Amino acid sequence: MAHVADESPKLFGIVAEFDDPDVLIEAATKTRVAGYRKFDAYSPMPVHGLAEAMHFEDVRIPWMAFFGGITGCCLGLGFQTWIALIDYPMNVGGKPLFTWPQFIPITFEATVLVTGLTTFVSQFALNGLPKPYNPMFNAKNFDRASQDRFFLCIETRDPKFDEASVTEFLQGLGALDVSEVPA
Amino acid sequence: MAINSIDSSKRTRLVPQNFIDGEHSYTTISEILAGVVLNPKPPTVWFVATGLGFCVLNVMLLAVTYLVLTGTGVWGNNQPTAWAWDIVNFVWWIGIGHAGTLISAILLLMRQSWRNSINRFAEAMTIFAVMCAGLYPLLHTGRPWLDYWLFPYANTLGMWPQTRSPLEWDVFAVSTYFTISLLFWFLGLIPDIATLRDRSQHPLVKGIYGLASMGWIGSAKHWFRYEQAYNILAGISAPLVLSVHTIVSFDFAVGIVPGWHTTIFPPYFVAGAVFAGFAMVLTFGLPLRSVYPQIKDFITEKHLDWMAKILLATGLIVFYGYILEMFYGWYSGNTYELALVYNRLFGPYKWFYYALIFCNGIFPQLCWVPQLRRNVPFLFVLSIIVGIGMWLERFVIIPMSLTRDFLTSSWGYYAPTEWDWALFIGTMGFFVFLLFMFIKVLPIINIFEMRDLLMKNHHQFGHGHDGHENSEEAH
Repeated sequence: MAHVADESPKLFGIVAEFDDPDVLIEAATKTRVAGYRKFDAYSPMPVHGLAEAMHFEDVRIPWMAFFGGITGCCLGLGFQTWIALIDYPMNVGGKPLFTWPQFIPITFEATVLVTGLTTFVSQFALNGLPKPYNPMFNAKNFDRASQDRFFLCIETRDPKFDEASVTEFLQGLGALDVSEVPA
Repeated sequence: MAINSIDSSKRTRLVPQNFIDGEHSYTTISEILAGVVLNPKPPTVWFVATGLGFCVLNVMLLAVTYLVLTGTGVWGNNQPTAWAWDIVNFVWWIGIGHAGTLISAILLLMRQSWRNSINRFAEAMTIFAVMCAGLYPLLHTGRPWLDYWLFPYANTLGMWPQTRSPLEWDVFAVSTYFTISLLFWFLGLIPDIATLRDRSQHPLVKGIYGLASMGWIGSAKHWFRYEQAYNILAGISAPLVLSVHTIVSFDFAVGIVPGWHTTIFPPYFVAGAVFAGFAMVLTFGLPLRSVYPQIKDFITEKHLDWMAKILLATGLIVFYGYILEMFYGWYSGNTYELALVYNRLFGPYKWFYYALIFCNGIFPQLCWVPQLRRNVPFLFVLSIIVGIGMWLERFVIIPMSLTRDFLTSSWGYYAPTEWDWALFIGTMGFFVFLLFMFIKVLPIINIFEMRDLLMKNHHQFGHGHDGHENSEEAH
């Protein structure tokens, strides 16, 4: 079943193709249980339970968003306070200079803005995007990974990787097709 | 008798509903929705609408050019109505935009899966409506080439903007709103752009979508972080959208002009924004359904029904606001507030007020009839009437109060000029043009969220209805 699309000996991994998200979750669980570590699943929509099945967890984005929010809040409030108290104090009918309730709206907007920008940028940075070339694009049928098919790829980086045994293992998962991914 | 002994069969129960009509699989969803974009021959209506939008867009360019070359005197604004159509239209447009954020963020956080098929074009509407809205205050400054003065930057004058002013809050609120809406929209588009990249045939088209998709491959790890980011953006957009219209209402409520200085303004402005925005979603969504009949399986009659219900609910809040405005006028015992109530009912603009009550208060009550909530022609008429009503609301608030304030010597009458009309109609052309260009370039319905919905339907109702072979799978 395995086919070689390229003459070069370089291999990125072996990929299995599925047509159902639930089978993919099951396959991911079995792959992890079998001891493979460097593998990834590909799906046309977020499949809940897949990250759990792969034991994948990353909490950096929420924390970055949180600290982004704190930064925005401090910047917004601090900047307005600095203007009102230090750089451009204006006496309005003898009222206090530090009129903090009036600084709340801009502080809030600055908090939201910096949180949003941090979240947006860190999503791309942590996912390693934009990435115009990805070896996965060489996988057979992979244009359907954004449409109606589900893939699981065990990569050559995996310490347990062995072409023959991985191919056999993936074929045992109920895949429609198993093929090699040239690097 | 204890409360929990009430016959449970008589209670309304929340039954999970299937929001996809017909028989669909992941394949057909991708084909139909990407097909709307990649179809080399769009329907004739598309050309007509885009062409019309383009012509009217030129009216806007003409109006802006004439205004910039001459000055804001070309508008009908003058003392005592220093703010008129520019702020009326600003508030109207920005309110229309708010439904997009409500649908995409607040309904997402509330796990309302029916939003999945209407959020994309509602978000596009948000962005285009905010563009139209932003134009007005920028032009009203009189010297739009100096608009960067609105932002705090280190300048040679050693001056800073007055951050205690609601108008300055507006600058921050609207620019933040636009930025976050754009990020949210783009983030939601990336997986769908990847679908378009993989489905398109022409190398140039493939290349452009390939660049825009940022190399999205749908990895489970990517999806995990993607959903984190998407939910955080939704979480911050929800309070943001409330803050934006609250701040817009502060433009008035912080002033002491009769009819403006009330605490009801922020909630009633926000409800009015959602009301107008949902009306615009219908005004745009209903023709879209008839131009592209293949999407009727995704924007079903159930969606129309639910949107009509939201219109009714927000309409009631708005109507409550109108009643309270009258009540406040009476309860305050203040001569000027009482005079304003009198002027609304019997003053020079009384017909605007009566039309407003009809459009926003009376007519939407027809939505109580279940058959009408699914009647497409009725909903279209309703959406237009609500759109007009919400415009009248802002007109009633602004020129009516300004032309009848404290001193009779400063009373006046406001009427728009042809340039006010040209700019207003022109922005509508701009909006229509951008929306139809968007339909042709990007998917109008969020494709990956429809697949997600289909997967949830499989889990809820079983595989049976789409002829899927793997129905033996344990869920």
